Amino acid sequence: MVDLAVVEMSRLQFALTAMYHFLFVPLTLGLSFLLVIMESIYVMTGRTVWRDITRFWGKLFGINFVLGVSTGITMEFQFGTNWSYYSHFVGDVFGAPLAIEGLMAFFLEATFVGLMFFGWDRLSRLGHLFVTFMVALGTNLSALWILIANGWMQNPVGAAFNPDTMRMEVTSFYDVLMNPVAQAKFVHTVSAGYVTASVFVLGVSAWYLLKGRHLQLARRSFAVAAAFGLASSLSVVVLGDESGYVLTDNQRMKLAAIEAMWHTEEAPAGFTAVGIPDIAEQKTHYAVHVPYVLGIIATRSLTGEVKGISELVETAETRIRLGILAHDALERVKADRTDMAARADFARYQAHLGWGYLLKRYVADPRMADDLTIAKAARSVVPNVPVLFWAFRLMAGAGFFFIAVFAFAFWLATRHDFGRTWFLRLAVAIIPLPWIASQAGWLVAELGRQPWVVEGQLPTFLAVSSVTLAQVWTTIIGFTLLYGILAVVMVRLMLAAIRKGPEPDPRWTEADQPRAGAPGAAWQPLPAE
Amino acid sequence: MPIPLDYETLRLIWWLLLGVLLIGFALTDGFDMGVAALLPVVARTDEERRLVINSIGATWEGNQVWFILGGGAIFAAWPHVYAISFSGFYLAMFVVLVALILRPVGFKYRSKKADPAWRRMWDWALFVGGFVPALVFGVAVGNVLLGVPFRLDSDLRATYAGGLLDLFSPFALLAGLLSVAMLVLHGAGWLALKIEEGPVLARARRWGVGAALASIVLFGLGGLFVAYGGLGYRLEGVVDPSGPSNPFLTKAVAAPGAWLDNYASAPKTLLAPLIGFLGPVMALVGIWRRADLPVFLGSSLGAFGIIATAGLSMFPFLLPSSLDPASSLTVWNASSSHLTMWIMLLATLFLLPLVLLYTAWVFRVLFGRITTEAVRTNPDFY
Ligand code: HDD
Ligand code: HEM
Ligand code: HEM
Repeated sequence: MVDLAVVEMSRLQFALTAMYHFLFVPLTLGLSFLLVIMESIYVMTGRTVWRDITRFWGKLFGINFVLGVSTGITMEFQFGTNWSYYSHFVGDVFGAPLAIEGLMAFFLEATFVGLMFFGWDRLSRLGHLFVTFMVALGTNLSALWILIANGWMQNPVGAAFNPDTMRMEVTSFYDVLMNPVAQAKFVHTVSAGYVTASVFVLGVSAWYLLKGRHLQLARRSFAVAAAFGLASSLSVVVLGDESGYVLTDNQRMKLAAIEAMWHTEEAPAGFTAVGIPDIAEQKTHYAVHVPYVLGIIATRSLTGEVKGISELVETAETRIRLGILAHDALERVKADRTDMAARADFARYQAHLGWGYLLKRYVADPRMADDLTIAKAARSVVPNVPVLFWAFRLMAGAGFFFIAVFAFAFWLATRHDFGRTWFLRLAVAIIPLPWIASQAGWLVAELGRQPWVVEGQLPTFLAVSSVTLAQVWTTIIGFTLLYGILAVVMVRLMLAAIRKGPEPDPRWTEADQPRAGAPGAAWQPLPAE
Repeated sequence: MPIPLDYETLRLIWWLLLGVLLIGFALTDGFDMGVAALLPVVARTDEERRLVINSIGATWEGNQVWFILGGGAIFAAWPHVYAISFSGFYLAMFVVLVALILRPVGFKYRSKKADPAWRRMWDWALFVGGFVPALVFGVAVGNVLLGVPFRLDSDLRATYAGGLLDLFSPFALLAGLLSVAMLVLHGAGWLALKIEEGPVLARARRWGVGAALASIVLFGLGGLFVAYGGLGYRLEGVVDPSGPSNPFLTKAVAAPGAWLDNYASAPKTLLAPLIGFLGPVMALVGIWRRADLPVFLGSSLGAFGIIATAGLSMFPFLLPSSLDPASSLTVWNASSSHLTMWIMLLATLFLLPLVLLYTAWVFRVLFGRITTEAVRTNPDFY
């Protein structure tokens, strides 16, 4: 059996490294498009102030981008190092989007990003804008492919278990790509990135406005961020992730946990706005209910039923019992690959195989499980209700708040009113909020998936590598130290760059045009230097 | 829709593509690592270091994706290999990751402050980011040739014996040093193309000579070891190259000397080790005659030949097991499914040429030698 301590530490390590990676990702996703917008204005109007604006935000983009790249490298290999059985079990399905991400997205962003920084005097204006756009496209495509992979873990469509190879194999790539959970995730996550970058640009601009510095840059950036932020905060809320919640038992369980809905309610179910979920008593104290809302959100109807936690646990118990039959058939196939009766049995019960695996937490052979163990395994499908409940409310609350902030900022910008001190202070103060909302969002998505790593197919505790606890501790401590140091360095550099503001560029003080030098022309310094 | 290529052919194609990827990685990111490993020895002043760093400053990021894609493509095409090798080499992998994490940050952050202590720190980070991965990758390949101590159970879950230090056996160390020599030569070859004539380039040429000689000697020693050191595994009985991917359906045994089988049965494959020797020789001649292009071409050919030699010697093995040879992973028993291999082939045929096209365009835009003058005056430089 697997060592549960290794499981816990491997989860901790994945959570640490993924959440750390996602500190840098949202800003990259959003700022790259803001750079495209700013540079487009430069190309269209020819006003050099827009070039300086683009270059200034580009510098901040660069400081953030490299840490996104650095921490992404860890992620790419972590499935192999820490989730070895997972990699074997789903590699046939899961590896493909990851490889395509590399081919289609990482090459694009990484090849062009160098030229974006080093190509200012080697490219025409339009040429440089094209390069910036390719970087933005690359980062967003990378989000698409990784979220197809991640969405598949929530809703594993287009694949089936093959008893000859003891793993899941693709049956339809089309279904994997068109997975509704993945689509919803993509739109929501990139929108969250756009919101993050807008809040960042708005906040830094507001700080300049408060200090009365770099006003040319600050006003314009404020206006761009306000408009882009309004659109993206609407998109993040309106295109929230509800759409996938009726698809599978686990998604239903996640919804019930987010709502701390212990028992099924008559349709349409009410929404609990706030309250204190209590696991021991299976109820929510001081709950404030809003009638109908949940039923409408989750099922888009007034008659659809939203299942409660207790009822979902009962369903789980039934499926676990069927899972035992699947295991029995699989063992018989393994013992004799030509046993056609066993193969037929397996085909009948294979949809429940994963539920049988849940028992391996308590017994080595699921067929040996008694009723008590089965009941225990059924209860293990309930995720951490209070964390989900609160993390969700934090994120959603932030979402509505951002709409208000950007709507007001947009209104101010249209009136060229950049002097409202209280609002500028607020804009500076909320800079960390989108990061907090994103981290909360990932907690909801990933903790809500527990105890599954691939819903209904493979429990998390079986997915780990056969490494020792000492090994995992070594890497956790190592990554924590390294990441901690890098975070301090990065934040300091970022603050220093913001304090310094845009720097005049010696190349463009005389002739205001970058030389549209033919590709390959060596760069010539101006005599004025 | 029926799949137009049969399973066996697709597995062969993906074995070749794995080679293309590894060689692509060595040829592109390889010179970045070589240059970074050379940084402390060829550049003495800050300006010299910036000259060296900016010779790869705009392109290392794209090159690094060959490495990342290597991870992704092994995952997609050879999931068993991805699962078992990276967890089996757990701590070695961690060391590589730390080194590779330092590298992007080193490039970007070094130039942000003029403080010499700050810059010295990032110089070391860059050196580690080049030297350590070059060494560990070689050590890993050495271990794969020796066989890795893992065992599969009937659920195909792997368990391992041995720890980090067991990886550093004499043969594996030799492979590690060969990898360093090969990439340092490649880095010197890149500098010969990319920076102006001057003291830095002169030092790089001197180190290039050393690295080329070391490459030749170590590669030769490695060959002797493979022939007489008792290495090798062999498949026995009937093998179904289109069978399901389950190692227990084929039968592998340890067979000292078997890594030479392929050269005996297909003598044309001897071209690979030959190129592995001639490449560094060509680089030497290039350095001797002060012709820069042959140095880089020679180091490229050398890397190509050496990597191809390792792959061809082992074919069809990908990851032999020393603990339990029956668990060994081969081209015939460790691939992804027929459908996945086909879809991934389509994706590669469509996307890889596109990648090569725009990469070539970017290198063309950035064409030309980096000069000290430019390092002094271009504010975009690192
Ligand atoms: C929604 C977006 C998103 C999510 C969920 C992830 N990433 Fe990421 N990743 C990006 C969005 C992104 C990006 C925006 O494309 C980055 C961030 C900063 C950057 O430089 O590119 C990036 C960089 C990045 C890199 C470096 C790419 C390069 O060299 O350019 C790798 C290897 C990964 N990621 C791998 C992963 C893996 C294996 C993940 C899952 C476990 C993951 N990322 C989650
Ligand atoms: C970058 C954004 C992400 C964040 C912040 C994030 C967050 C987390 C967290 C908090 C956990 C731990 C959950 C727990 O063990 O209780 C986790 C686990 C995991 N996540 Fe994510 N995740 C992210 C993206 C992804 C993506 C894109 C994938 C797959 C493509 C993924 C795959 C996994 C896996 C395999 C585990 C370990 C098994 C598990 O605990 O379920 N994650 N993630
Ligand atoms: C009213 C507003 C919002 C609603 C209704 C909402 C809804 C959701 C839900 C239900 C999930 C879980 C998805 C799953 O189970 O897989 C989620 C995830 C997430 N949310 Fe939100 N969200 C809102 C606002 C925000 C905001 C403002 C941000 C950040 C700026 C954000 C960032 C994220 C991220 C990064 C994830 C994880 C990725 C994913 O699963 O899509 N959300 N959101």
